[in-house]
Amino acid sequence: MKKLMLIIVVLSSFYSICSSAAIDSFRFDNIAQEDAFHHLTHVLRCPKCQNQNIADSNAPLAKDLRTKTYDLILQGKSEDQILKYMTDRFGNFILYDPPMTIATIFLWLGPLFFIILGFSFLFVQAKKHNKKEPPLEAQDALRLQRILSEDTVETKQKEGRK
Amino acid sequence: MNKKYRLFILFIPLMIFVVGCVFLFKGLYTDPQKLESVLVGKRVPDFTLQSLYDPAKQYDASIFKGKKMLLNVWATWCPTCYAEHGFLNNLANNGIYIVGMNYKDSRIKAIRWLNELHDPYKISLFDEDGMLGLDLGVYGAPETFFIDSKGVIRYRHIGNLDEVIWRSKLEKIFNEME
Repeated sequence: MKKLMLIIVVLSSFYSICSSAAIDSFRFDNIAQEDAFHHLTHVLRCPKCQNQNIADSNAPLAKDLRTKTYDLILQGKSEDQILKYMTDRFGNFILYDPPMTIATIFLWLGPLFFIILGFSFLFVQAKKHNKKEPPLEAQDALRLQRILSEDTVETKQKEGRK
Repeated sequence: MNKKYRLFILFIPLMIFVVGCVFLFKGLYTDPQKLESVLVGKRVPDFTLQSLYDPAKQYDASIFKGKKMLLNVWATWCPTCYAEHGFLNNLANNGIYIVGMNYKDSRIKAIRWLNELHDPYKISLFDEDGMLGLDLGVYGAPETFFIDSKGVIRYRHIGNLDEVIWRSKLEKIFNEME
């Protein structure tokens, strides 16, 4: 019995109720609204404390933005409409997921560029390697043969000394 | 030809390095806290706000028409606003029309502040819950908007306004506005 109690106590210590960082209470009509709110406050970036989303931040501005997001959700606005509302005021900066524009196109094309560069380098190298050397002229071939045979004789002699 | 080509290849890493240096060096001198306003080129959004002095008196976006002006967003909780207040008084004395927007603040404190430090604003708006601020994309105080006579925002200055930055940059922007 004592053991069982101990196990329960130990196990319960691993359990904790998940609490959100920002402390305000919003009431929603349905779960879909709550999910939308949860999602939006996590993808919107706080313009004041720039490395936090508005769900995490305790800045008064983040609180305003949460309240505004909540109001817009209750008004029945879609997530896209709310994101547009925010970017119309604060610019793309407020989005953690930047849209593809001329200024940000490098984020998509940059890696592609380097991949293509790498592969073309490999391709050129491989092509160079494959290029067959022209056959030796008769004289050169003889000379090469002679050198090679001398070499083997020498090494044999060396081995013999050992 | 081949030699030139190889020399060129040899210098590619150096070029990449130099470009990287320029990019990072520029990063040293740009303030990431200063964001571009998306409202530049757009009209001042619609609003209805109380006057700071008189809760019964209300203003809307039609006050931003007829002449070019500055819209200064300020609050008593903002130390930089205190620092720039003297310069705003100077500007007002030189005939520049300034509208003040008291942002997320207490009315009593704000009125006391203006009585003590002199009031440079022709009109004082009271944005208690910061909702016009939100529509303007305000993310801190002070911020100063340059609005032309048609009510279109032409520029936004973030942070302290002083003689140096006014002379070197902002005066030109203000004078070039219609």
